[in-house]
Amino acid sequence: MMRHLIEPKDLTNDEMLRLIEIGQRIYKDPQAYHGVARGKILASLFFEPSTRTKFSFDSAMLRLGGEIIGFADANTSSAKKGESLADTIRVMSFYSDLIVMRHPKEGAPLLASKYSEVPVINAGDGGHNHPTQTLTDLITISQYKKTLENHCIAFVGDLKYGRTVHSLIKTMATFHSKKFILVSPDELRLPEFLLKYLEENHPEIEIQEAHYLEDVIHEADIIYMTRIQKERFFNEADYIKLKDSFLLDKEKMQRARKDAIVMHPLPRVNEIAYEIDDDPRSVYFEQSKLGVYIRMALICKMLEVGDYAAR
Amino acid sequence: MRLVNSIKNGIVIDHITKGRGLRVYHELKLDTIENTTVLLMNVGSDHLNKKDIIKIEGDFDLNHEILGLIDTNITVNLIENEKVVKKIFVEVPEKVSNLIKCQNPRCISHTDDYAKPVFTLVGKNGELQYQCSYCEEVTKVKFK
Ligand SMILES: [Zn+2]
Repeated sequence: MMRHLIEPKDLTNDEMLRLIEIGQRIYKDPQAYHGVARGKILASLFFEPSTRTKFSFDSAMLRLGGEIIGFADANTSSAKKGESLADTIRVMSFYSDLIVMRHPKEGAPLLASKYSEVPVINAGDGGHNHPTQTLTDLITISQYKKTLENHCIAFVGDLKYGRTVHSLIKTMATFHSKKFILVSPDELRLPEFLLKYLEENHPEIEIQEAHYLEDVIHEADIIYMTRIQKERFFNEADYIKLKDSFLLDKEKMQRARKDAIVMHPLPRVNEIAYEIDDDPRSVYFEQSKLGVYIRMALICKMLEVGDYAAR
Repeated sequence: MRLVNSIKNGIVIDHITKGRGLRVYHELKLDTIENTTVLLMNVGSDHLNKKDIIKIEGDFDLNHEILGLIDTNITVNLIENEKVVKKIFVEVPEKVSNLIKCQNPRCISHTDDYAKPVFTLVGKNGELQYQCSYCEEVTKVKFK
């Protein structure tokens, strides 16, 4: 049966663990995987530009020895004016073995999956789902903390609009997390429905909300930073007042655990001071790198090649 | 007292909350069909218990979703040979398509004709809340 990856829920926990395992295997010996996707074509359809995500997928496919066709933003595509997404996808799926798509409209990848002859991977639809970011976060945690279970995780910054944080929170909850510390200004608190969801579905996880990172940073095994956008604040004064509190710098890192890790989906705006880039606990660049390996594993799964080849 | 004769074969939409009959009539687009139809308003002698009734003679494919969104007091009677052969109590629909527009402006359903969302009932305290199958945002429905 053909499978798509539209939202993190499309994968079971076991499937995620297997992807991580294979991603780590590729990471250790990328050469062994060169050529497993030879003769396969990836259609990389970016209806909205996102250089970082596009390059991550392109790099993953090229490292597997496959080919790429597609476009980097809707202006260069036939989809610019008039053509329905369904038509674009129907045609592109004749030209390729796998589709990776990013689209500004929420729900677009789900629509695409209904008309595609080949698997579709959602590389982000508006502020809705971004499952490969979640997979990237998971492989990073697994790589540095050895297991996904039993951690105390501090989520810092914009917890209201950042839906990739929402899906990471939901996913980590299913991996038996010990505690979530939610650090955000009042304006950007985790939405009520998610707090309720955690309370009802994972009552064993301790939840603590905090305003200041310095108050709680010493407890966290994982410090997950997010972008805080100025536009999210009601006024400039509030933003200036709060922005320092959400800036992770050397001083705050002194209070953090010795074995803690600092993650960030990148690009950062000014949530992380450059001075901590050299701190061994800062793993956000490694996180981007691991993102390529987990995408290689995912491409293998969707194409049923390499470790996923039918026996 | 009956202003209009009862129907032989067809549908009676009964116990419509007083004042909503016209709304039901329009939402079902009864002005566009060939069947003989009757809208009765303020039926009943008891001052407090007046109701509206719609009768449709002949075959008609009734959309229960619409009724459920407008008024859950409604009961639908199917009539054959002047006898009620089936009585259906209208309920708030669990799934709705077509009748609701997603309130999320970023939703694909607004820009692509192929995207026809199905909405799932996720809450009904005071107002009905339906979740879009595409963007998963919740749209509140006030059909009054
Ligand atoms: Zn929607």
